[in-house]
Amino acid sequence: MDFQQAGLSRRHALKAGAFAAVASLLGAKLAFADEKTVADELKKLYGDKPFAAGKIKLDVPEIAENGLVVPINIEVESPMTDADYVKAVHVYADGNPLPGIVSYSFTPACGKASAATRMRLAQTQNIVCVAEMSSGALHMAKANVKVTIGGCGG
Amino acid sequence: MSTKPTPRVRVPAKAAAGEMIEIKTLISHEMESGQRKDAKGETIPRKIINKFSASFNGKPVFSADWHPAISANPYQSFFFKAMESGEFTFTWKDDDGSEYTAKNKLTVG
Repeated sequence: MDFQQAGLSRRHALKAGAFAAVASLLGAKLAFADEKTVADELKKLYGDKPFAAGKIKLDVPEIAENGLVVPINIEVESPMTDADYVKAVHVYADGNPLPGIVSYSFTPACGKASAATRMRLAQTQNIVCVAEMSSGALHMAKANVKVTIGGCGG
Repeated sequence: MSTKPTPRVRVPAKAAAGEMIEIKTLISHEMESGQRKDAKGETIPRKIINKFSASFNGKPVFSADWHPAISANPYQSFFFKAMESGEFTFTWKDDDGSEYTAKNKLTVG
């Protein structure tokens, strides 16, 4: 009986320890953006409007060896005429300290809604790219990038 | 600290009317994210270029709002449909209020 009780309490102690570890992990994670912060940012811009799939070609490496310099190339399908063009493109990351990466604004003079830059990624995470058309239509694309070395100076 | 940021831009000098040209830009800048800490554990204040914009003959063509997640020495490329000769103006706006500009001529014909 005594032995069993000791076993129980040890199990409890282990459980409590595991819980504390998870809690501290969560606590550490709070400093980073997550899917919710990205969703909140999108809500701020577009409210509850739905996002359609397609039209966006989001080109990011599957595995980034150096999170400090990760190339990102975006291309949105559009005729880019005065009547029908891509107005804006916003890029977010759900595992960086701050969710925003870059926001582009295009004009019909661009001829092609395409832009490339380089970004920092702190850890393995999803890249979310949304495009706003001149008609008001919204599109979304997502990609996951595995980061071997984080890019946050940490 | 570092030296004054120097912009570098690659634009073709000549293009045919209606031709799609790619413009590549690069500027030297540390893009301090405001997330890092120095040896004493104090946060290094944020100092990034927060906006890049391009105009052609005074008309806006393309702009990018950069967040701290943009890498140091930021690179940006985009496209332009050449219709007439003119001059590009590229502007980079720093957090500290400074502006860096570059101008490039394009001949269409």
